[in-house]
Amino acid sequence: MPGVDGFIYPNEVELQWSILIVLYPFLTGLVAGAFILASLERVFNVAAVKPTYRLALLTALSFLLVAPLPLQMHLGHPERAFEMLLTPHRESAMAMFGFVYLWYLMAVLVLEIWFDYRKDLVLARRASTGWKRRFYGPLTLWSDDISERALALDDRIGRTITIIGVPSAFLLHGYVGFIFGSIKANPWWSTPLMPVVFLFSAIVSGIAAVMVLYMVFCRLRHVSMDMLCLDTIARYLFFAFLIDFSLEMLDLIHRLYEADESLRALDFMVRTKLLVSHIVVQIGLGTFVPIALLALTFAVRFRDRVRIGIYATAGLLTLIGIFAMRWNVVIGGQLFSKSFLGYTTYKLGFATREGLLPAILIMLLPFVFLAVLVRVLPPWTEGAKEATAKV
Amino acid sequence: MDQDRRDFLLNAGKLIVLTGAASLAWDSVLAGTPETAPNYRATDHWWGMIIDIDECIGCGNCVRACKAENHVPTDEPGCYRTWVERYQVPVDDLDRPRVDSPNGGYDGFPVIDQPGEGIKSFFVPKLCNHCVHSPCVQVCPVGATFDGPDGVVLIDKSRCVGCRYCVQACPYGCRFIDPRTKTADKCTLCYHRITKGLTTACCEACPTGARQLVDLKNPKDPVHEFLRTHKVHVLKPHMATGAKVYYNALDGAVR
Repeated sequence: MPGVDGFIYPNEVELQWSILIVLYPFLTGLVAGAFILASLERVFNVAAVKPTYRLALLTALSFLLVAPLPLQMHLGHPERAFEMLLTPHRESAMAMFGFVYLWYLMAVLVLEIWFDYRKDLVLARRASTGWKRRFYGPLTLWSDDISERALALDDRIGRTITIIGVPSAFLLHGYVGFIFGSIKANPWWSTPLMPVVFLFSAIVSGIAAVMVLYMVFCRLRHVSMDMLCLDTIARYLFFAFLIDFSLEMLDLIHRLYEADESLRALDFMVRTKLLVSHIVVQIGLGTFVPIALLALTFAVRFRDRVRIGIYATAGLLTLIGIFAMRWNVVIGGQLFSKSFLGYTTYKLGFATREGLLPAILIMLLPFVFLAVLVRVLPPWTEGAKEATAKV
Repeated sequence: MDQDRRDFLLNAGKLIVLTGAASLAWDSVLAGTPETAPNYRATDHWWGMIIDIDECIGCGNCVRACKAENHVPTDEPGCYRTWVERYQVPVDDLDRPRVDSPNGGYDGFPVIDQPGEGIKSFFVPKLCNHCVHSPCVQVCPVGATFDGPDGVVLIDKSRCVGCRYCVQACPYGCRFIDPRTKTADKCTLCYHRITKGLTTACCEACPTGARQLVDLKNPKDPVHEFLRTHKVHVLKPHMATGAKVYYNALDGAVR
C-alpha cells in the first residue's frame, strides 16, 4: 500500500487527527502562555512588563475565541458537539474540555479584561455620542461609577481573578496535555510528563507571541519600543525555554534509557519520517537557535536595534519550534502502528475540510479578532493616559 | 411411519416455540434495545470469544462474512470489524516477525512461493476484544460507546460525535470511522444475532471452528472446559484492558 512501510493494522491506514488537531494545542498554548505573561505584572508585580499587560490579555482572548474552532471543524458530527456539555461522560478526559474552556473564557479572561478596562469603557462612553455611546453602553453594563472607591474595588477584584487565573491557565493547558498523555495505547503520547511539557511549551509560545506582537504593534503605531520591557520578556522567555527544553530532554533520555518495546519503532520514526520536523525544526531551529540567540544578548551588550532584531528572530523561531512540537506530538503519534511493526504517512490536503487552507484561515482568524479588539479596547498605556487627560 | 410423524410433530413444535421466541424478541431488537427482549436477559450473559490459532487456515471467510452480515464498507480502505493477520516469524529473530494482512485477509492470502527456512508461520484473526475495562469506553466524551451488561462493548451511533478519541485509545486497532455515518464503528459481536440465540457471522462462517463465541456466564458453555485444559492468552495483556478474546497457542511475537 502506498505510504505504508512494514505492517500496520488494517484500520490504521487513515490518520485520525489532522492538522486541525495540531492547531488546537498550539492555540490553547498561546492563550495560556500569554495569560501567564500578563499575570507576571498583576500578581508578581513585575512592573517592567506592564506595557504588554493588556496586549497579552487581548492576545489570550483572541486565540481563546478561535481555539474550539479546529475541534469543531474536525468532528464527524459538529452538530452534536453540544452533547459534551449537556451529557458529558465524566470519565472522559475530553468531555471536560468544554467546562475548562468556558471557565477560563468566562470566569477568568473576560472578567479580568472587563474589570481592567472598566474605567476606559466608562470614559469612552462619556466621551462619545450617538451609536458609539449606545455601543459602549452594554460594554460598561450601564455602570458609570469610576469613583476612587469603585476603581480600587475593580483593582482588587482584577487581582483576585488573576490569582485564580494563573492556576486556571495551568489547568487549561496541562489538561490539553493530559488528553494526549493519558492514552496508554500510544507510547509516543503516554507519559505523565506530557501535561507539564505542554504547559511549559505553552508558556514559551505565549511569551514569544506577545513579545513579537508587541514589536509589530510598536512598528505599526510608529512608537519606540520599551527596551526594558523587551529585555525582561526575553529573559522570561529564555528561562521558560530552559525549563521546557530540560523537560523534553528528560522525556527523551528516559525513553532512550528505559528502551521499552516501543523504542525501536519510535527511534526509527524520529530518524526518518520526523527527522525534519522533529530534529531539524523543533530541536534545532526552534529550540537551540532561539536559546543561543537569547543567551547571546545576555553575554554581549548589543545596541537596541540589534537586540530588537535578535528578539524578533528568536521569537519567531520559537513559535515555529513550538508549532513543530505540537505537530510532532499529534501527527508523529499517529505515524507508527500500534503493532510497532510499521509506519504510515500523513497526507495533508489543501482545500479540503481538514486541509492546509482551513488551517491557515483558522490561524489568521485570531489576528483578525486581535485587530478588532485593539480598536475597541486600546491596550496602549500612553493612549489610556491621553483619554484620562481629555476628560 | 409412526416415527416420522413423531419427528415431524417434534420439529414443528420446536419451530413454533422458536419462532414465537424470536418474534417476541424481534420488536425489542428492532428498537435497538435487545436486552429488553423478554427472552434475552442481558445480565444472564457474559460474552467473549475463543480463537484457536492452530485451527485458523487464513481463508478469510470470517472477514467476508462479517462485512456481508454487518454491511461493513468493502470499497473504502481501513474499515474492518474483523481481520486476519499472517505472521512469519524467523526462529533466529523472534522479535522481528514479518506480518501482512492484505485487505484484512478479505481475499485470503497470496501464496508465498518460497517460504524461507527456519520460519514459523500462522494466522491471527483479530476483532474487538470487548474489554471489561475498555479504554475506548473510558475516553468517549459523550458516552456513545458503552459496556452492555452482557459484556459487549457497543456504540450508539446516534450519539457519537465523531471525535475519534476512541480510535486513538484502542490499543488493538479495532476501531475505525464509518465513512458513511462519520461515526465510530467496530465489532458488535453480531449483537443482533447473539441476542436471538445465534452465533456471530464470523464464527458461523469459520470452516475449522477456529473462532468460537462463548458465554462465560453459561455454566454449560464448553468454554469453561476449554479454558481449564488450554493455555490461553489475550493480546497485549500489559494494557490491562480485561480483554475477553482468548487466544489458544498465541505466539509471543504477536502484537
